[in-house]
Amino acid sequence: MNVMDTRATSAMLYLDGVHVSFDGFHAINNLSLTLEPGEMRAIIGPNGAGKTTMMDIITGKTKPDEGTVLFDGVTDLTRLDETRIAELGIGRKFQKPTVFESQTVQDNLLLALNVDHSVRGTLFWSGSKAESERIDKVLETIRLTEARNRLAGSLSHGQKQWLEIGMLLAQDPKLLLVDEPVAGMTDVETHLTAELLKEINKTHTVMVVEHDMTFVRELGVKVTCLHEGAVLAEGTIDQVSSNERVIEVYLGR
Amino acid sequence: MTPHMLTRSLDRGATIFLLVVAALGVLIPLSNLLLPAGSFLHVPTYLVALWGKYVCYAILALAIDLIWGYCGILSLGHGAFFALGGYAMGMYLMRQIGTRGVYGNPILPDFMVFLNWQKLPWYWYGFDMFWFAALMVLFVPGLLAFCFGWLAFRSRVTGVYLSIITQAMTYALLLAFFRNDFGFGGNNGLTDFKDILGFNVQAEGTRAALFALSCLALIVGFLICRAIVSSKLGKVLIAVRDAESRTRFLGYRVESYKLFVFTVSACMAGVAGALYVPQVGIINPSEFAPGNSIEAVIWVAVGGRGTLVGAALGAVVVNYAKTFFTSGVLAPYWLFMLGALFILVTLLLPKGIVGTFNAWWASAKEKRTAASVSAAAEDGVTEPKMAE
Repeated sequence: MNVMDTRATSAMLYLDGVHVSFDGFHAINNLSLTLEPGEMRAIIGPNGAGKTTMMDIITGKTKPDEGTVLFDGVTDLTRLDETRIAELGIGRKFQKPTVFESQTVQDNLLLALNVDHSVRGTLFWSGSKAESERIDKVLETIRLTEARNRLAGSLSHGQKQWLEIGMLLAQDPKLLLVDEPVAGMTDVETHLTAELLKEINKTHTVMVVEHDMTFVRELGVKVTCLHEGAVLAEGTIDQVSSNERVIEVYLGR
Repeated sequence: MTPHMLTRSLDRGATIFLLVVAALGVLIPLSNLLLPAGSFLHVPTYLVALWGKYVCYAILALAIDLIWGYCGILSLGHGAFFALGGYAMGMYLMRQIGTRGVYGNPILPDFMVFLNWQKLPWYWYGFDMFWFAALMVLFVPGLLAFCFGWLAFRSRVTGVYLSIITQAMTYALLLAFFRNDFGFGGNNGLTDFKDILGFNVQAEGTRAALFALSCLALIVGFLICRAIVSSKLGKVLIAVRDAESRTRFLGYRVESYKLFVFTVSACMAGVAGALYVPQVGIINPSEFAPGNSIEAVIWVAVGGRGTLVGAALGAVVVNYAKTFFTSGVLAPYWLFMLGALFILVTLLLPKGIVGTFNAWWASAKEKRTAASVSAAAEDGVTEPKMAE
């Protein structure tokens, strides 16, 4: 049953009692989490807390052993594959910037546009004005207009991160999953990225996984701290960072 | 193919390539047929057949480049599709022999009479008609590639694992076709052809026409490949090659794309095999040998993968070298030389001949542009002249 008759929840993303284990290792352990439409949520947690595995579950890369994952209140994501989930409107930015290095910045965005993705559609594709206008707009948002004809592989690390965020924008998903967007960025780039994500959040629901506390603070949104595959604490950044168990987990016991 | 797709797909290198192939396709047959045997420009018939063989290999190389160079699918079993196309054509040619066979049986090919078979197996039906055989040349390799690809790509078999199972596929076919009771002439294969469409396959005119047709097929195959790789689908293929899971997370059904190019490529290989058989006069199970498929991959690597022109060029260059070296005192060392060639190309020319040339050309052009701009600036000339 992929689509339920009525919305089970008002949430954009609803995880309940999710379990995943790899060869006996419990990567995700009774994880429950809700994201409301239009919300931006920051996910923090030490290494191995299950942040990336959680994204893998939401995007269909990993199937949970148990539990419910509902998107937009009606769609059970555990039964769908990556392509189908992407089509439904969930976009993902990887931890390591993953762009198509041997193609131009412009072509990267063209590939990301949420238009006909069928074999026939792309074989007989011929660009439209609406498409190039959307690409222009995204290029402007991610500040890469000047670099549009450069190969993506020749961009700096920070620019690649932005290009990947731009690809998410071109994809125009309902929910954006952003994995460590500021890893390896300079302070200025980090600040610009926070601005960019806040801008994106005006029209999209966003989930950001990040280690950089300055960045998370700058986002100024609700924070969830994961530990050993479950939610350890949730609240504002000040609440979470003053939580004793969070401090214990981060500093070691 | 719309005219729009055609114009978009042709750059300068592609145009030069097409003109050269077209010129060879016209001039070689004409020189063979019209010029007297003593003339300096006369191309002897044996060379026409030999070059016809190279052109067929070039088509096979194009097919491999389409999937390997653009989509990252390294098939080490493409010789199987080539051989299947060849067998389909061979079956037609066998049926054309009729009563001129050693046993004079009007229906059964000689090897079936020899095996005491009473009637034609069902899968030989229809091959007396050229249109049917021509259809099978595309259909049989295409169907095998479709089924094989559907299973492999859906299960996400990629990289070296895919290469290994393609190799296993061609090896399995090799063993099957070796069997006499498989119904394709066993070890000896299909040979002693007489006519094709009523023309004697040995005749000079037929050979010249087959050569011209092979060139035409190369041109058509090249145009199809160019149209595919220069469309948006081509960009998706490169995306799959470079970052497969990223492409999936963007909402592309990667397995459909792979299946599409793999099947197109297998059909092209089938056509190459079908043109090859009447020119060499035989098709036997050794065409399925895994080594053949690997050799074809080497042609593409030498010429430059992901360039199309390079693949075709690589096929001709390596095969010319093979002909040259295997007919002299160096004959026993050919395989060592082929291996050395592959290693040297991998180490010294990882982009292949055409890939390296393209890179050199692009950087030279950049330098020229930069030089002319700075020269213009020094001279105080207002408008910098753009190099081409």
